[in-house]
Amino acid sequence: MTSFFQNLGMGYDAAWFTATIAGILLIALPLMLAVAMIIYAERKLWAAFALRRGPNVVGPFGVLQSFADGLKVFLQETIIPSASNRGLFLIAPIITFTVALMAWAVIPFADGVVLSNINVGLLYILAISSLGVYGVVIAGWASNSKYPFYSAMRAAAQMISYEVSIGFILICIVLWAGTFNIGGIIEGQRGHVFGFINAYAFNPLLFPIAVMFLISSMAETARAPFDLTEAESELVAGYQTEYSSMAFALFWLGEYANVLLMCALNAILFWGGYLPPVDWAPLYLVPGIIWFFAKILLMFFIFAWVKATVPRYRYDQLMRLGWKVFLPISLFWVFLVSGYLMFTGHFA
Amino acid sequence: MTSIAHLIKTFTLWEFVKAHWLTLQYFFKPKATINYPFEKNPLSARFRGEHALRRYPNGEERCIACKLCEAVCPALAITIESEPRDDGSRRTTRYDIDMTKCIYCGFCQEACPVDAIVEGPNFEFATETREELLYDKAKLLDNGAKWERAIAANLAADAPYR
Repeated sequence: MTSFFQNLGMGYDAAWFTATIAGILLIALPLMLAVAMIIYAERKLWAAFALRRGPNVVGPFGVLQSFADGLKVFLQETIIPSASNRGLFLIAPIITFTVALMAWAVIPFADGVVLSNINVGLLYILAISSLGVYGVVIAGWASNSKYPFYSAMRAAAQMISYEVSIGFILICIVLWAGTFNIGGIIEGQRGHVFGFINAYAFNPLLFPIAVMFLISSMAETARAPFDLTEAESELVAGYQTEYSSMAFALFWLGEYANVLLMCALNAILFWGGYLPPVDWAPLYLVPGIIWFFAKILLMFFIFAWVKATVPRYRYDQLMRLGWKVFLPISLFWVFLVSGYLMFTGHFA
Repeated sequence: MTSIAHLIKTFTLWEFVKAHWLTLQYFFKPKATINYPFEKNPLSARFRGEHALRRYPNGEERCIACKLCEAVCPALAITIESEPRDDGSRRTTRYDIDMTKCIYCGFCQEACPVDAIVEGPNFEFATETREELLYDKAKLLDNGAKWERAIAANLAADAPYR
């Protein structure tokens, strides 16, 4: 894209700057649209699982429901509790939202279509998604209210617990792919199983951690059955109890942008990202971005399916699963994968 | 042995798989909810909805101001005042129902000797102000005119069981 702007007569620096800004807008704006549609899709999916109809009034089949909700939220009064820490209170949703968008910088949407193709893309994502908890913790702290504070404590403990096992799972993938670069990880899956299936998930050694990563990513985005931070029967609305209007909308958007990011990560790390499911020439005629979105939507369907099916974990069960089940298993799998790779001579 | 089976069940997430299979079956079932403003459930002939004051086919008011409904109303929602009309027959000059008090028990229509006050099949009479729910005689007669066919059909359908 830089060369495109250079051809328009800009110098290299100006062209690079313009290209980057354009790239950010090209990712962030459709992402916001996607978040709006995904909220609608999720409501429709839950409704279908519960034999309900879901939103069907605003626009054809209710597709404009999210925009109506957004408009309503934007028109609301912003209420800042007088006992809250004003600055932190307002900065928390901004952190959540910004961090949720930042991670998309290294996600490749098709072969070579990525905002910044950095070598340690996976580390970057791990770092950025860990930053997301700050928004939640700051929101809970700055609200100066009991339930948001409980919720923030829970969120912090939960995200730290599951990030540990996510880290080990990512190490398995990195060992196998031999690179931290996300494009490289996707390319490593080309013809990975039986020489024609483009996915790590169908590798019997990697399938268990694909499932574990799926479950951990649900815990990481604080979705059911791990939505302890927003357990409405215990904590009103969790850390966003005191929020209204735009600040609330930012939490809302950030949360779903995070969910989409986790779906994208699942698709990239285990299901071949922008590659077609099978390494067969005619399938490459379909643009990679379509395969990628199809995989994201499939992962999102699973997320919604799980949310519609399982009840919420108790807090001690959540911690037990994170520390006493996932951590030992993922650690064991790191040994297993690295041992396998060593004996089969992957490490030259 | 059972502990091994339990272990296998745990690690294959068997209970989760079963649960998700169940919910997936529900996912493809037809919806249980109806598309309300466009589809409506059938109502019983005995449904007790919005009140109406009926007239005889010749246009004469049925109500003879006996005040049995006013007496029986457990919510004290009905207020009636009556005077002899010019032709000497007794009629109501005022027949008010406070719909915010009414509990829709149906005693008024049970008490009525001439089937004048009836609870019709209409349940969609929400209003924007409270005052609109204080029905007077004109409103109730108007309802009677509007819903007469449905009310008459319901009364006829229920008649064999009375």
